[in-house]
Amino acid sequence: MFAAASVLAAEENNPLVPHTYELVVGIFSFLVVVLVVGKILTPRIQKTLEERTDAIEGGLKRAEQVQEEARQTLEQYKAQQKDAQLEAAKLRKKAEEQGAAIIAEMREQAQAEARRIVEAAKAQIEADRQQALQSLRAEIGAMSVELAGRVVGESLEDTARQSRVVDRFLEELEERARTQEQITS
Amino acid sequence: MSALTVLASGGDQFEAPGVELFDYPPLFSGGPAWLTKPVFFAVFGALVTCAIAWSAFAKPKLVPRGMQNIGEMGYVFVRDQIGRPFLGKDTEQWMPVLLSLFLLIWVWNIFAVIPIIQFPIASHIAFPAVLAVAVYFLKVYLGIKHQGPAKYFTNLIPKGLPKPIYVLLVPIEYLSTFVLAPFTHAVRLFANMFAGHIILAFFSLVGFWFLFEKPTAAGFGVGIIGVIMTCVMTAFEMFIQFLQAFLFTMLAAMYIQSGLHAEDH
Repeated sequence: MFAAASVLAAEENNPLVPHTYELVVGIFSFLVVVLVVGKILTPRIQKTLEERTDAIEGGLKRAEQVQEEARQTLEQYKAQQKDAQLEAAKLRKKAEEQGAAIIAEMREQAQAEARRIVEAAKAQIEADRQQALQSLRAEIGAMSVELAGRVVGESLEDTARQSRVVDRFLEELEERARTQEQITS
Repeated sequence: MSALTVLASGGDQFEAPGVELFDYPPLFSGGPAWLTKPVFFAVFGALVTCAIAWSAFAKPKLVPRGMQNIGEMGYVFVRDQIGRPFLGKDTEQWMPVLLSLFLLIWVWNIFAVIPIIQFPIASHIAFPAVLAVAVYFLKVYLGIKHQGPAKYFTNLIPKGLPKPIYVLLVPIEYLSTFVLAPFTHAVRLFANMFAGHIILAFFSLVGFWFLFEKPTAAGFGVGIIGVIMTCVMTAFEMFIQFLQAFLFTMLAAMYIQSGLHAEDH
């Protein structure tokens, strides 16, 4: 290339023939640029771009982490809420059961009380009856003795008289019973 | 500026600008011959590249502000559009070279449309040649280092073809890899900038000549077209400047990759 060009160089300033001093200046210029732009500055911007990539990736990762955390917390809260609801339902059920049990117990108690009262009343009545029966028995004996005495004392003249005595006695008896009843009631 | 020098030397006839556009005297009379405008702005371009990169990447923040945003756009563009398609997981390691190449070439190219400078540095073949040769040496060095001194040269040749084919294939393959590739690498950038500069100079000279230097009724329309075309071509050139910086860096990535790993034939 240069051999062919040097033949043409006989003419002045062939544009294809480089000037020596321009070659030197070209090398110098290129070296300066490579040194400053290539050696010093390019590594800086490469480092910055790398750091930026890291920062962006790190940021994304952090955001993902935070999101994950938030999701977990939400799930936790949901689980807790569910637990609480279950707990509340359980308590309610328990309370209902307890309430029912209490009502049943009360009812039983009331029934027992009622039975007791009824039995007591019955026993009282029985006792009263026994007492009445006893006193009646004693009275009937006495009255029978009295009646028999009267019957004998009247010297039994006629049947009409006899029947009158008996009727009177019975009336008296009834009277007495009535008055006794009035007293006891 | 170059248009003015042409006009100063020209007579009454319109003369299209040519190769002389690219000849520069020393910056000031009596100065050293090597200190020309292209040399000055080549170094200036390198410093501007460093300054821009410094303002963007000197203290990079996790949350970018201002220049860092713009710088990162450039970095990510080079990484994703140039580096990764060719170098894959090796991209980060080669980003210093790729980013340096891309930024320096782009800044040098943009100088073509910056007022007062108005000169694409890469239109002097020496500058793209330096860059292409640097990439070339890097490619061969990496090939020998990663594939072995002998294997690197045999890996270039596809295997399993009929024997007579190799008579043709081997010279072509070596020629293309070791001679034509670096040559076209440099010349593609150079030629684009060279032609672009001539085109811009031509249309702006047409406008200047027919509207100011020798305004005539007949020439008025031509002058207007010259101005319009200057604007249109300036926009187009800005696209080409970016495209060529992109292409040069992309080829550099491709060559680096070809050194790192043998191609699968």
